[in-house]
Amino acid sequence: MLTSSIMRWSRMALLPASLLIVAAGCGNDGGGIPVTLKNHRFTPAVIHVKANQPSLITLTNDDDAAEEFDSSSLKVEKVVPSHDTGNVRLRPLAPGKYPFMGEYHAETAQGVVIAE
Amino acid sequence: MLAALIIVFREVIEAGLIVGIVLAATKGVPHRGRWVAYGVVAGLLGACLVAAFAGQIANLFSGSGQEVFNASILALAVVMLTWHNVWMAGHGREMARQLRGVGAAVSAGEQSLMALAVVVGVAVLREGSEVVLFLYGIASQGGTTGMGMLSGGALGLAAGAALSALMYFGLVAIPPGKLFSVTSGLITLLAAGMASQAVLFLQNAGYVNVLMRNLWDTSWILPDGGEGVRALIGKMLHTLVGYSAAPDGAQLLAYLATVLAIVGLMRWERSRRRSGHAVPKPA
Repeated sequence: MLTSSIMRWSRMALLPASLLIVAAGCGNDGGGIPVTLKNHRFTPAVIHVKANQPSLITLTNDDDAAEEFDSSSLKVEKVVPSHDTGNVRLRPLAPGKYPFMGEYHAETAQGVVIAE
Repeated sequence: MLAALIIVFREVIEAGLIVGIVLAATKGVPHRGRWVAYGVVAGLLGACLVAAFAGQIANLFSGSGQEVFNASILALAVVMLTWHNVWMAGHGREMARQLRGVGAAVSAGEQSLMALAVVVGVAVLREGSEVVLFLYGIASQGGTTGMGMLSGGALGLAAGAALSALMYFGLVAIPPGKLFSVTSGLITLLAAGMASQAVLFLQNAGYVNVLMRNLWDTSWILPDGGEGVRALIGKMLHTLVGYSAAPDGAQLLAYLATVLAIVGLMRWERSRRRSGHAVPKPA
């Protein structure tokens, strides 16, 4: 009973997955603004980007714990596992300040994106 | 310890509210507890897998694997919620009239339960994997702070479960005649919010690049993230009805299209049943 339902679930899960694999070909890559997380602090903690155009942050987590890059104003939630690197894609931003944090260590992991 | 409590509470609430709605929406359907339990267990197992392979998942799709994965499982949940609502539109009234003994209705009901179990599984998987990663990070640090954080996590779990239970009991206190319309409405908005969230993930993955300008910004009244009580309320509304403090055109379009699609399909199913095979009225 349970195994057959899991089979059915996984079959259902395959449909959107396969649709998205088709879309995978048009992915984009490239170097972004390097930001490092160490001792639950971002370096640099103030990140300057050009306003009104997309930008990319390449976040390297040098800590032993995973972290979630979280910002409601940037509309980003991205988990970066420990000793790993993650791409944080930023949408075109109107000029202004956009605070972000590491959700799992918010006491110290704070930063701001400045679009200008 | 307080930080751990808050983080776990926030994640548990997000999954718990969805489980609460599903349980309220299936009140009176046989075997619903078993299916919801399957969903929770599968979600927890999935959460551990996703947490364990977080790095590998992230590296797919040119580093956007996490976003694509989240968008896919949200899309799956939207389809399942739609299926359930359309099924309810056809059978809800019969069930309210205590005709659930009819064999066909029960087996169709079981399919609808399976759909909702998938939704529960997806919710538990998404929020659970974050909790697992967070707690694993703490546990690996060890020591007394680790123990304090873990007990904070346990308290957060209990508090989140209690608040979700409160919402469930609030919902099922609604008179049975009205409960189905309330839960159908809630499920419609839940699905619309998930669709909008899926679009957001596709934007962050770089696959959707249109209509990205924010239409308005109400974060000064009710932020949908961050710290504090108002942010928590905003986040709960985000989970329940897809509230976004500053939605862009693509997010709003996905939201409205999902609402229209679900309402339209429900109407179509209702009229199909009315004209096709008339349901005998109970004496």
